[in-house]
Amino acid sequence: MLAALNTLAGILLPEDGASKNADDIAELYALILVMALVVFVGVEGALIWFMIKFKARRGRVAAQIHGNTRLEIGWTVGAAVILVFITVVTFIKLPGIKNPAASDIDANGNQVASAALLASTDQPAVPKGAKLNIVVDGQQYVWRFQYPRQDDKEVFAYEEMVVPVGMTVTLDITADDVAHSWWIPALGGKMDAIPGYTNKTWFKADRAGSFSGQCAELCGRNHANMLARVRAVPFDEYQSWYDQQAADIKAAREEGARQRAEILKQEREAAEQAESE
Amino acid sequence: MAITSEPPTTETTAVRAKARPQIIAHEVRPEPTGWRSWITTTDHKKIGILYLYTTLVFFCLGGVEALLMRIQLGSPENTFVSPETYNQLFTMHGTTMIFLVIVPVWAGFANYLVPLMIGARDVAFPRINAWSYWMFLFGGIALYASMFFTPPEAGWFSYVPLSLKEYSPSGGQEAWIYMVHLTGLASMLGAVNFIATIHNMRAPGMGWGRIPLFVWTILVYAYLIVIALSSLAAAATMLLLDRNFGTSFFDPTQGGSALLWQHLFWFFGHPEVYILVLPAFGVFSEVLPVFARKPIFGYKAIAASTAAIAFLGLLVWAHHMFSTPMSTVVLAFFMLSSFLIAVPTGVKIFNWIATLWRGTIEYRVPLLYSIGGIGTFLMGGITGIFLAVFPVDWQLTDTYFVVAHFHYTAFGAAAFGMIAALYFWFPKMSGRMMSEKLGKVSFWFFLVGFHVTFLVQHSAGLSGMPRRVYEYTDTGSLTIYNQISSAGSFILSIGVLLTIINLVRSVKSGAIAGSDPWKANTLEWFMPSPPPENNFDVIPRVRSVEPMRDIRREVEQQTATEQRFQAGRPPTTI
Repeated sequence: MLAALNTLAGILLPEDGASKNADDIAELYALILVMALVVFVGVEGALIWFMIKFKARRGRVAAQIHGNTRLEIGWTVGAAVILVFITVVTFIKLPGIKNPAASDIDANGNQVASAALLASTDQPAVPKGAKLNIVVDGQQYVWRFQYPRQDDKEVFAYEEMVVPVGMTVTLDITADDVAHSWWIPALGGKMDAIPGYTNKTWFKADRAGSFSGQCAELCGRNHANMLARVRAVPFDEYQSWYDQQAADIKAAREEGARQRAEILKQEREAAEQAESE
Repeated sequence: MAITSEPPTTETTAVRAKARPQIIAHEVRPEPTGWRSWITTTDHKKIGILYLYTTLVFFCLGGVEALLMRIQLGSPENTFVSPETYNQLFTMHGTTMIFLVIVPVWAGFANYLVPLMIGARDVAFPRINAWSYWMFLFGGIALYASMFFTPPEAGWFSYVPLSLKEYSPSGGQEAWIYMVHLTGLASMLGAVNFIATIHNMRAPGMGWGRIPLFVWTILVYAYLIVIALSSLAAAATMLLLDRNFGTSFFDPTQGGSALLWQHLFWFFGHPEVYILVLPAFGVFSEVLPVFARKPIFGYKAIAASTAAIAFLGLLVWAHHMFSTPMSTVVLAFFMLSSFLIAVPTGVKIFNWIATLWRGTIEYRVPLLYSIGGIGTFLMGGITGIFLAVFPVDWQLTDTYFVVAHFHYTAFGAAAFGMIAALYFWFPKMSGRMMSEKLGKVSFWFFLVGFHVTFLVQHSAGLSGMPRRVYEYTDTGSLTIYNQISSAGSFILSIGVLLTIINLVRSVKSGAIAGSDPWKANTLEWFMPSPPPENNFDVIPRVRSVEPMRDIRREVEQQTATEQRFQAGRPPTTI
């Protein structure tokens, strides 16, 4: 039964279950779906029913009706009321989708007390505790993730973004060459990466796991191969990955610098040799 | 004033006639015949038929491109075509279907029908009309000539920076730009022609409240073309300059804006959607009352909702850009404007359904295609509501959900509408009927094939499949969704093929139609089929929305009276 329900949700609903914004979008979607189905069945039903019921038969004469103002005003208002309702629900749901939620953990990975909202109505919800800000940069055909610096450690990654579970991650999305679109379905909606602009979105992984997605804006021949993955891990594991990545990058940089120096030296020697000859 | 209002005496008219320049015929050339008559024609009916045959050819080309794409997506990680070819295919498919099929197909039907429907002997500017057809044809040829070199591959909406020289160096992009310019100019001249014709050349008595609904939609279509296509023409010119002459309107590395293109493009692109579907709505509004044998329900509401949709359609363009950087206020505005447009659209659908109510519905092929179109379009309209809610759109945009949505609207209304129009007006254009039996079979293939192809694409999009990907991995249910969709596309093409076979056969050997085979309501059925070159010898006076019905009733009464006289009985009452 549950499996059947899951399959049905897979067919009918957007992806969710890993981050609050994606869950809220799926809920909003489901709500509109219910209303849409009612309208769909009603109108499509009337269309088919009338087609069958009023099929031409011998002796039947068509009623010469030109219109009915009251009826027409009625369905105009009716359609408008449904839309007003969807508008209201959307704006009720919007803050939960758009504004970053508060982190469950602080900068050191410790659990913070339950994140009750402040009694303020006109302030946007400021994420309490820590948040991780990652610069996402779209390039033909790979995503680059720039992590914030921690005591002079520089960390970036390609294709796979590693984040701690329970921490709010805010993304600054941009692009280097052509337009791309950042999208991990289970972690919320997409945001376009457009060169010259910075777009913002966020997510907070509720559970550990690997969530995949891909670029959603045509960006060239290998658009289909521009994959993205978010791996949510416990904070400790994240921290050790971060340190390891920083060390690897540093080592690679030093190695690069060493090799460059070597090449320069060789070139200089070769030039000197050529001169002396 | 008193002087001028006096009736002119015979003397003054004689003087005036003398002052008028004399028209002297130096020589009368024989009317060209054969293929030459088609090349040199300025007859709106011949030009209309040229448009229709040309769009049929492009429709087949676009359809083949679609089938190639569906074959490629028929299995995961397929290598049937290369990524490069795939991008070229969807670019050509979209561009062809929009610019070379649906917009001109309505120009074709409108060319043929508008003068007949409003009781005019031709359009206002017959030569410009011919010119606009030839420019459209050469626009199409410019695009398809690139097949022999490198076709464009930046998508039908050619987003910058991808379409800039740096990322799309091939001349295919230039071919796309020339196509836009040529067909755009063709459409605009055609539109001006329709506007002038409909405003000025209506039969006596045909006030604004008595114009056939198809003509109403063509008028609105024409106004939308003038407004929207100028934005595209400007944007395409800027793109041409950026690519070839070193300007940087769109190049972000030179201070240009990549978003500017999107705004200019969609300011054209959304009204374009209504350019595609409004004439189809007009076809539905003509076909339904004829086969329900009932007047259209709410003529004024349908005409007014057409204008309302067009006006609102100019204010919703940024809903194509909900995931670009925009403030919440802007997002909310475009969500609400998109919602508003659903109201007049709903009104139309309700009115059509009410037209069926208590009618005597005859299941003829044009009606089946119209009902199929309305039922299909309804679903596209409903998924449009999902997409208008911008937080939900963040999940759905640029996925197969959108592909499904716009095929339900564009194909549901425009393709169903144009085939309904073909079956409905073919007897008038050719003098022969198309086969009902083959038409009905084609309809069921068409309807079932369409829904099998596109319904499941909603789910593919919800499961995370983006648009314009040449391959996908075998995760979740993606494979089965795509296989169903590919299978459906072949069922659909059988439907199209049957209609084309029907068309080709009926041109030569269809049953003779007579002037009014459907017992229809509008003036084009007053003439013999096909109508003579000058259309009307006498332009009838129009007394209602259904002039042909009035004429038929009059004729029936007269014949009845005559028969009574012949039988020796005087009329009892009239």
